[in-house]
Amino acid sequence: MVFNSSLDFAMNIHEYQAKQLLARYGVAVPLEIPAKSLAEVRPAADKIVASGSSRVVVKSQIHAGGRGKGTFKSGFQGGVKVAGSVDEAVSFAEKMLGNVLVTKQTGTEGRKVQTLLISEGCKIKKEFYLAVLLDRANSRPLIMASTEGGMDIEEVAEKFPEKIFKESIDPAVGIMPFQARKISAALGLKGDLFNAGVKLITGVYNTWWECDASMVELNPLAVVELRDGKETVMALDAKISLDDNALYRHKDILEMRDLNEEAPLEIEASKFSLNYIKLDGSIACLVNGAGLAMATMDIIQHCGSSPANFLDVGGGASKEQVTAAFKIILSDPNVKGILVNIFGGIMDCNVIATGIVAAVKETGLKLPLVVRLEGNNVVAGKKTLAESGVAIITGDSMADAAQKIVKAVSK
Amino acid sequence: MSILVTSNTKVLVQGITGSFGAKHAQLSIDYGTQVVAGVTPGKGGQFFEHGGKKVPIFDTVADAVKQTGATASAIFVPPPFAADAILEGADAGLELVVAITEGIPVRDMVRVKRAMEGNTKTRLIGPNCPGVVTPGEGKDSHGGCRIGIAPGYIHKKGNIGVVSRSGTLTYEAVWQLTSRGVGQSTCVGIGGDPVNGTSHLDVIKLFNDDPETHGIIMIGEIGGSAEEEAAEWIKKHCKKPVAGFIAGATAPPGRRMGHAGAIVSGGKGTAEAKIAAFKAAGIGIAVTPSEMADTLLKMM
Repeated sequence: MVFNSSLDFAMNIHEYQAKQLLARYGVAVPLEIPAKSLAEVRPAADKIVASGSSRVVVKSQIHAGGRGKGTFKSGFQGGVKVAGSVDEAVSFAEKMLGNVLVTKQTGTEGRKVQTLLISEGCKIKKEFYLAVLLDRANSRPLIMASTEGGMDIEEVAEKFPEKIFKESIDPAVGIMPFQARKISAALGLKGDLFNAGVKLITGVYNTWWECDASMVELNPLAVVELRDGKETVMALDAKISLDDNALYRHKDILEMRDLNEEAPLEIEASKFSLNYIKLDGSIACLVNGAGLAMATMDIIQHCGSSPANFLDVGGGASKEQVTAAFKIILSDPNVKGILVNIFGGIMDCNVIATGIVAAVKETGLKLPLVVRLEGNNVVAGKKTLAESGVAIITGDSMADAAQKIVKAVSK
Repeated sequence: MSILVTSNTKVLVQGITGSFGAKHAQLSIDYGTQVVAGVTPGKGGQFFEHGGKKVPIFDTVADAVKQTGATASAIFVPPPFAADAILEGADAGLELVVAITEGIPVRDMVRVKRAMEGNTKTRLIGPNCPGVVTPGEGKDSHGGCRIGIAPGYIHKKGNIGVVSRSGTLTYEAVWQLTSRGVGQSTCVGIGGDPVNGTSHLDVIKLFNDDPETHGIIMIGEIGGSAEEEAAEWIKKHCKKPVAGFIAGATAPPGRRMGHAGAIVSGGKGTAEAKIAAFKAAGIGIAVTPSEMADTLLKMM
């Protein structure tokens, strides 16, 4: 059993977008309006008040949790604020929109808030947790529910595993009504709320399945008191991440992608079919294959340094790709040296060597560079590197190459 | 012997007329693999020609199997059509379906896994995998069975089984063995996706039962718990020495490292936990990826 509650699993969307998807499948959500500029905030807040809500909630939309307890770099406290009037909502919005919010999940650099969600204030009676994800143990969808809403679910799972209710779904038939009833009962819902829970749980599962989501998470799912005194269940906060590989069949969801939330270097890398992830170390690596790339990071650490990135060039490694990769690597100021590790099974090592030499010349590389080449036509490849006139240190094995780059950088 | 495939296995290629499928069908033919059929819907009756061989193309896998007696398939079709291709192979009664295709939606694989539940005839390997190689007796292991995209010449016929989720890391291990003069019985890449057909454990069981396999290298990576499950079984049942390496010890939690399945989340699937499980099972730990072959050879 694995929680996929990470920030970077597949494509993430904002809370307001997640709720738009959920609403399509019959999941109840509060009355709320996204605002991308200050000019949009007042009319949105006016509508909320006109609906009869005495309070207006202003929620920062970033792809990171812990928003309520976050702090803006300006010093303003809280990425989610409850206003008692339209004017107060607008004054909160002025302090949030366009400012950088730091939460426990954003890192110290924080994220710039570019959208606010203006929502009605709900009177919360109870909070629950509900999620749908893939259970890797049996390759089936799994619904998880807990009465401990609003908390860190991984902490609940560790301390009170008995408080997490799990229901495995047979993908051949989808969620059956009795399964939604079991979950609604496990949450302690009764009467009309029980039936509302069944409808909501079914809708959440259908959202996961129909949208090709990796995870749908409601935290909290809440019992709220409506203004007429009746109670119902609603998705008060929602997080959805989607399977990258399935986006080709969801053009509408693909449009929800917000490049502002992604690391610029990673976006640049993806343009060249490079899979790049920035890390905190000082030795950059350029490798073909995800497994070998991870192993190269590991061996750098084993040799006493730390990797500056994960970078998989895939099966190709053309001159254009290697040059692009070097440029991306070199834009990280922490990088002190580069390790290239290529196992050229099918591709010609000499072609790769030529690409590396060209990339070094084009980027005017000054940092130490160790290249380990192995595989098809490797002798010619090593000759090309040796005769290039470029300062390239060659490594004979992964261990040899890693030791050499760590030594070169520590000089 | 070997596991899964031998030099005599008749192989068909689904997606043989696409550029990726065609290139690797050619390399398999060059390696001496019995490529007996191709399948591309709408191109039935044509031929795939390479190196003096004329491989007939069929519209359906069922036809190809009936006409040629193929028992194994390599799938190179694009992701949107891959689930259909896998189930077509299973429907035709193939013994082995190897899905090379990368980027198949998880939901499609969830449905495929469900549809293949209880199917004892067809084994699925992959998707998103380098495939299977049983090295042959000839020069540079020529004459073996190569299904997928692995470089054939790095292999050598022998008695070590290799199983891994990753392609290039498999080649690394195979090359370390071959350059030390040690050959392989069969090398299996099971793929880096979170939902796949054959697990580490499935392959370990096959190696354990294969009299020609004398030792095993198992390469894992962060994410999921397949390595732990294999280790648990090895501890109780495996009669052969096993050496292992786990990639991803330096990967930060919550980041997906290239392979869709390679992610540490909620403190689960860490390299530390997997290495601990390996140690508890008596599996030799390669501390660095450079020592995979040496770690096993020291145990034998």
